[in-house]
Order: sequence, then C-alpha cells, then structure tokens
Amino acid sequence: MTSLRQKHRRETLRTLAFLSPWLIGVSVFFLYPLVSTVYFSFMKYDGFRPPTWNGLQNWQYVFTSYPFFWPALRNTLWLVIVMVALRVLFGLGIGLLITKVKTGAGFFRTAFYLPYLAPPVAATMAFAFLLNPGTGPVNSILRSIGLPQPGWFNDPSWSKPALTMLALWGIGDLMVIFMASLLDVPKEQYEAASLDGAGAWQRFRFVTLPNISPIVLFAVVTGVIQTMQYYTQPLVAGKVASGVIGGAGQQFEPGYPDKSTLTLPQLVYHLGFQRFDTGGASVIALVLFALAMVFTAFLLRSMSERSAA
Amino acid sequence: MTRFLHWVGVHALAIAAALFFVLPFVFIFLTALMSDQQALTRDLWPDSWHWENLRTVWETPGFLTWWKNTLLYAGLGTALTLLSSIPVAYALARFKFRGRNVALMLVIATMMLPAQVVIVPMYLFWAKQLHLSGTLWPLIIPMAFTDAFSVFLLRQFLLTIPKDYVDAAKVDGCGEFKALVRIVLPMAKPAIAAVALFQFFYCWNDYFGPQIYASENPAAWTLSYGLESFKGAHHTNWNLTMAATLLVMAPVIILFFFAQKAFIEGVTLTGVKG
Repeated sequence: MTSLRQKHRRETLRTLAFLSPWLIGVSVFFLYPLVSTVYFSFMKYDGFRPPTWNGLQNWQYVFTSYPFFWPALRNTLWLVIVMVALRVLFGLGIGLLITKVKTGAGFFRTAFYLPYLAPPVAATMAFAFLLNPGTGPVNSILRSIGLPQPGWFNDPSWSKPALTMLALWGIGDLMVIFMASLLDVPKEQYEAASLDGAGAWQRFRFVTLPNISPIVLFAVVTGVIQTMQYYTQPLVAGKVASGVIGGAGQQFEPGYPDKSTLTLPQLVYHLGFQRFDTGGASVIALVLFALAMVFTAFLLRSMSERSAA
Repeated sequence: MTRFLHWVGVHALAIAAALFFVLPFVFIFLTALMSDQQALTRDLWPDSWHWENLRTVWETPGFLTWWKNTLLYAGLGTALTLLSSIPVAYALARFKFRGRNVALMLVIATMMLPAQVVIVPMYLFWAKQLHLSGTLWPLIIPMAFTDAFSVFLLRQFLLTIPKDYVDAAKVDGCGEFKALVRIVLPMAKPAIAAVALFQFFYCWNDYFGPQIYASENPAAWTLSYGLESFKGAHHTNWNLTMAATLLVMAPVIILFFFAQKAFIEGVTLTGVKG
C-alpha cells in the first residue's frame, strides 16, 4: 500500500515538474491580470494616483458615453459577416483550384501562400500604397480601363472592403488547410457518385462538402476569433491613410476615416494608453474577453465533434 | 477534348488568381526602385532603376537597430518558447492526472485570448513594479513560461507518437525526462521546426507588444513597429517606404524557401488535426 501511495506521489511531483513553466505562466500572465482587470473595471485609476472605487461608472461610460464603443462593435459585426465569410469561401475556392492544377502546381501553391507570410505592418503599408486613391497602382489601372476609382482607406464606405481585400490576399493558411482536407476525401466516394451519374456540382455538394464541413466550421470559428483580435491592420491602415503617422507621442484619432476602421482591441489602447483611463480600458478588455470566450466555447465544441467523428 | 478544355479552364483561373497574389509584390518592388519624383506620380514602371534606395533605407538611422532588436526578440523568444513548451506539451499529451482536461481547455482559452484583454495590468506590472518598460524584456521573459499556441501544436503532434516507444525506453531504464529527450524529441522534429518557425514569425510580426512596451524608447523598436514610423519620417516618399517594406518582408520570404515543408506541416497540423 505504501509503495502505491509513494508511486502516486512521485507521479504527481513529476507531473507538476513538467507543468511548472506553464503553471507559473498561466498564473502570472493570465489569471492575475484577468482578476486585476475585473478589479480595475470598478475603479477610477489614471495609472498614477492610487485607484479609488468608482462602482459601475466605467461600465456606464463605455456603454453610453464613449463614442467609439458602438462603432467598434458594429465594425466587428461587419467584419465577422463579410470578411470571415469571404475568407472562408475564397480560401475554399483557392484550395479547390490548387487540387485541380496539374501544371506548375508548385509555383501556384507558393504564389498563393506567400502573402500569408508578409508581416502585417508591411502588408498593410503595401496595401495603403496600392490602394492610394490618387496615385496608387490599383486606381491607376481602374482609371485606364475607365472604371470608377474608390477612395479605399480614405473613404468610410470603402475602408472595410479594402481591409477585406488585404485579408483575402493573406489567405495562404486557409488554402493549405482546405487543400489538405480536400485531398483526404476518399476517392471511392467520388467514383461511386460518378457511377450514379452525379455531375461536378453534385459531386461537390454531396461528396466534398459533407467530408470537409468540419474544416469549414473550424475555419469559420477561428476566423471569428481572429476578427475579435483584429488590431494591427485597421490601425496601421488608418494611420497611413490619414497621414498621421509616427512613433511615440503622436496623437492619432483611431478609426480613420470616420471611425470606420475601429475595432475593440484598438479601444483598449486608446482608453488605457492614450487617455490613461485604466477603468474604461478594463471594461473594454472584459467585453473582449467575454466575446472571445463565447467563440472559443464554439471552437472547443466543433473540435470535440470532429475528434468524435 | 473536354479534358483539354478542363485543363485550360483550371489553369486560366489559376493564373488569374496568381495575378491577384503576385501583383502587389510586383508593384511594391517597382515602386521601391523609382526616383523620389516618379514615386509621386501614377506611373507603374520606373523610368530609371534606383537600386540605391535600398541602401538609403538600410543606412537610415535606427534601421539597423530595429533589425538587431527584432532578431533578439524573435531568436531569444523562440528558444525560450521551445524550452518551456516542450515538457508541458509532453505532460499534457502523455501523463494521466486529475484536471488534465481543465488544463487543456485553459491552454486553448489563453491561445484564443486577444493580447489586449490582459494588457493593462500587465503593463502596470512590468512598468511600475519591474521598471522594464522601454525594453523588449516584458515580451521575451513570458516566453520562458510557455506559449499557449506552441503547447497546443506540440501536444497535438505528440499524441500521434505511439506510446510503445516511450514504454520500451522505460523498460530499458530511462527516466521520463530522458525518454522525452532521447526518444520523443527526435521523432517530433517536424512539429518542433513548425513551432519554432511560427513563434519566430509571431515575434517578427508583432506590432502590439513593441507598441506597448518599446514605443517610448526608439532604441528598443523592432522592425514592425519601426516600419510604420519610417513612413512617418518619409511620408511623401512611397519609394523609400516600399523599399523598407521589401526589406522587412524579405527575410520571411527567404526563410520560407528554405523551410517550406515545416511551414505547410505546421499550418496543416493546426487546422486538420485539431
């Protein structure tokens, strides 16, 4: 009996030893700041003078008086519906295309994948240049073939479509994931469907789609979670397009043009680090946390369904 | 005949798609080599090739410092992530213990968490208590305490290694740690390479972290953060800005050509085997 208990204790110690980096990390860099954020959300705190109790005033301020909150939430909804949907459709389309390409497959795969690797700041600055309304190559080409030239990042109704184009450019990760799952679809099922007289569309609808639907779900959910975190691209695009750019100390009214590129993560920075309103920033952080966790729960469910299947 | 038409159709579509993906690179490249004057026009093709633009960017004060800082952040960050994440991933994949599922869900939750959620208290912690703002240490040190995405990816891979190998090593008298180092790690090379690459690029591309901790001190800026301010300093010069953009993109793209397999395997591992 004693030896069994000793063995058990040894195993527990071993587990703790292996897990120790993570146990420290998750406590110091996740649980502690999360609890602090809840605490700060009820405090008035500018980062300098000691925090004082503020009740629900930060919450009230963010939801009723802070002019950036609702536009940021609306933008997120737009991006989730349009950008995520287009990314999944386009990624699937490119994935399908690459599985059909016979000649030069290596070249095409590399061409489709490379933009995914471009650092977000560099990619966004490149797109701000490409889509520059006056002198950018895209509008130059549109002009030469007599098409209207949108204002892109300088026009509130075109800034989100411009961000969507940037996101579609970086589709490489989804392409690879879809490609791998498409190649996993059993060949016999296609053959059986062909024998039954199914055309190309019917084969896609009744063989391909059911086989890859778990991956589609995975791509949608991770896309939504990524959109919750969407920060660098809208911020840099707004800064470059507005001409207000530069390093430390430069004041930038986020969301240029007309709040159309605001996202929730930008508000944490705006309130916490530009306005020194720790309480308000904490409220935004908790809203962001709640949203991220709701969609993570969806993700976990879709993952457990897949491993059960 | 229909097969030929199918071939033509597929390849025409592929070429059209390739244009969408490749043309931005082409225009960045062409503009990077234009003269200051021509970069302000609508021209698409350079009148004369100004290769010295790349040199001008390279010699811009600060640019070399940003490179060094980025390499330090990405290199040290990646090494620490691997050191700390491998044993944790191994324990989550192999050991049976109470709370293992809760631990795994916590890993996934932190992986999905936007960095902004915890940034306010974290900043106060590093700046007010440890006086490390204005440096990259608040970004590097946490990586000695694992990175959720890396733990998750490694665990997914380690699950696919048959348990028998480790058991056999233990019969031969290996301890758990020795079995991990001698038996499991050599088999997990592809996953380790993928994690290393992803972490390296995460650091290379990180904008938010350096913005929070390093923005007050230009000597601590990284490429991603510095690049944006570069546009500020030269904000009429699209040619220099695009030359700088090229120089920031280049290492990533060069590395891709050396490590294609690891990249593709890493992406597949995150998506398909989830």
